[in-house]
Amino acid sequence: MRVLAAMSGGVDSAVAAALAVDAGHDVTGVHLALSQNRQTLRSGSRGCCSVEDSHDARRVADELGIPFYVWDLADRFTEDVVDDFVAEYAAGRTPNPCLRCNEKIKFTAVLDRALGLGFDAVVTGHHARLDGTELRRSVDAAKDQSYVLGVLTPEQLAAAMFPLGGMTKDRVREIAAERGFGVAAKPDSHDICFIPDGDTRGFLSRRLGSQPGPVVDAATGRQVGEHDGTYGFTVGQRRGLGIAAGDQRPRYVLGIEPVTRTVTVGTADLAGVPAVRTGAPTWTGRAPQLPFAAQVQVRAHGAPVACRVRPDDGGGLLVEFADQQRGVAPGQSAVFYEPDPDRGDRVLGQAAVTAAVEREAGVRR
Amino acid sequence: MTVTGPTSASEENRVSYLDHAATTPVLPEVLAAMTEQLGRVGNASSLHASGRAARRAAEQSRERLAEAVGARPSEVLFTGGGTESDNLAVKGLFWARRQADSRRRRIVVSPAEHHAVLDSVEWLAKHDGAEITWLPVESTGRVLPHALAEALGDGEDVALASVMWANNEIGTVSDIPALAAVAREVGVPLHTDAVQAVGQVPVDFEASGVDALTMTGHKLGGPMGAGVLLLRRDAECTPLLHGGGQERDVRSGTLDVAAIVGLAVATVAAVGSREERAARLAGLRDRLVEGVVEQVPDAQLNGAPLGDRVDGGPGRLPGNAHLSFPGAEGDALLMLLDARGIECSTGSACSAGVARPSHVLLATGADADRARSSLRFSLGHTSTGADVDAVLDVIAPVVERARRAGLGRR
Ligand SMILES: Cc1ncc(COP(=O)(O)O)c(C=O)c1O
Repeated sequence: MRVLAAMSGGVDSAVAAALAVDAGHDVTGVHLALSQNRQTLRSGSRGCCSVEDSHDARRVADELGIPFYVWDLADRFTEDVVDDFVAEYAAGRTPNPCLRCNEKIKFTAVLDRALGLGFDAVVTGHHARLDGTELRRSVDAAKDQSYVLGVLTPEQLAAAMFPLGGMTKDRVREIAAERGFGVAAKPDSHDICFIPDGDTRGFLSRRLGSQPGPVVDAATGRQVGEHDGTYGFTVGQRRGLGIAAGDQRPRYVLGIEPVTRTVTVGTADLAGVPAVRTGAPTWTGRAPQLPFAAQVQVRAHGAPVACRVRPDDGGGLLVEFADQQRGVAPGQSAVFYEPDPDRGDRVLGQAAVTAAVEREAGVRR
Repeated sequence: MTVTGPTSASEENRVSYLDHAATTPVLPEVLAAMTEQLGRVGNASSLHASGRAARRAAEQSRERLAEAVGARPSEVLFTGGGTESDNLAVKGLFWARRQADSRRRRIVVSPAEHHAVLDSVEWLAKHDGAEITWLPVESTGRVLPHALAEALGDGEDVALASVMWANNEIGTVSDIPALAAVAREVGVPLHTDAVQAVGQVPVDFEASGVDALTMTGHKLGGPMGAGVLLLRRDAECTPLLHGGGQERDVRSGTLDVAAIVGLAVATVAAVGSREERAARLAGLRDRLVEGVVEQVPDAQLNGAPLGDRVDGGPGRLPGNAHLSFPGAEGDALLMLLDARGIECSTGSACSAGVARPSHVLLATGADADRARSSLRFSLGHTSTGADVDAVLDVIAPVVERARRAGLGRR
């Protein structure tokens, strides 16, 4: 097959490209330049697609003897991922930009272009298993990235290859070292690639400006503090609330209301929710029959919990957790899994959380 | 050139190298002369027999090269390549001329220059008080004498002017002798980047009247990292590199004798066979352009028309075919051709691999889409009719595919 390897300059995508070559595919490497103003050198484990990263990727491609190109997708990335990220926060929601990037950039912009150019598939260094077109968790639970791929459709998965899903991250580094790749010991990248200093609140405040408003205690209805912008908060957040509630009990963000700029906080007993509503789902395979029982994960690094998924008004879903969940923020994706200890939990699909549901039904916050 | 070698995507092993403007294959006689020289010990500055032998080889090369390009041996300064020669000319002439008269801060330059000139000029403007006057260029990319005259004015505040002899992207040749006459009229030194011109069009340093001229080895069958600045004996030029005082005290550093020998052999060969080769390449090039346009009727030739003439010579480099394919991305075309064993270029300098619309095409008034959709095929001494056939065999489907692919744009 003619396959296009997306090469970030990191160890995972380098090994993924190498394995695709080993498998006998006709491989071409591309580095995606996503940042509007690329740094010459990378700084630590933060940021991405600096010129140095593209050179690291090119170095590996040259060793593999495969053609290598840089595709400039900075405009699209800015529009579809960065601007979307800012708009979501401005609307009181908590987006996952990596999921959005996979959805809009890697498996739409890049995949479409690759297919147009005559490639049969795109190979990436994601830690997830692809069994035919069944998407499953990586064997390395700690590195599993199936969550951020949960938004892919059957058509996209049919043209994807994830050669690393069956091995641990340690094994990936070993393979890279065996092959003499300079990136074998390169640190993993963390955080959000377009916020290289890791200061999300600072990034948002530069983009959105100061938008002060009250912090209100849910139990008393009284204002207990002030904030500089609702975008500095995420449902479930406990630290950095800057409030004086009077007692010693920790408070959690329960809700964010962007129009009145109100952040509602409450004690732990109020922070759990029994169910959430979502927008329209996407499925990785044939749409399952509703209702169904599954596991659901609501954060990239969250633990999966048992749930029941029912149809809701307007094409959305009602997701009822077996145990109350804390910190389920609107905007996050609920990714559904069918547990399978042998072959890896299978990703069924995802839907974006729109609202939490009160214990006695009725939407709150 | 038809060579065998690994190609990634195509089943066949034939590669058509059509990127001679990027670099040329080394001539066999150059390889032989350099290999021989590399086997000999000797620093050309040493006084003993080995040193004398090295110096003799270097000086003989200087004389032969000078003769081939109409310069005096003392006007030949060996450098580390075209980029260094351009930097030395622009910065060195600027500094020396301003030193002599502090009013001379203006640099008159064409916006279609190579980045070695452009970025030197811009660096001087940013860090050293230079003022830039951009010359207007024709839609072919050519600078006309009256435009230079107008930009120079009385020349009193001008440090230097720089206009390339032939453009590396679109191949347009300017009438350098006419421009030099204009500059001379007002006492302003003219530098010309002739990296792409030597061996392609007639270049005679003395007769041209320019004060400084850049050449490089690897565009005419010689080694990389070896270049020349031809500098008139009366031109003051402040050095960039200080040290042992080699090369008229303008460019210190132990002479790379093997490279110098190779550079001279290449220059003599390229200039000596120029007429015959130019005619042959122009024939192949014309067939390439006409064939492409026949298959892709909306393809547009950039630069001067094929039969254009200037100063009694070709107005377009004989091996240059620079075309835009509306609706297709240059880098998609490049990739598809590469996968089919055809090596060419989008022509524009890229910043860290990210394709930017060519500053040359933008300077000629082309819009960004036309600039982005362009490809440069450049033929040279190893090119054959089979290379042209190879392009014509695949160009139509490649353009069609690239058009369908469109780069992540809506
Ligand atoms: C017109 C022109 N000037 C300068 C250069 C730079 O020469 P070099 O590669 O020897 O540094 C080149 C080639 O890259 C060129 O085409």
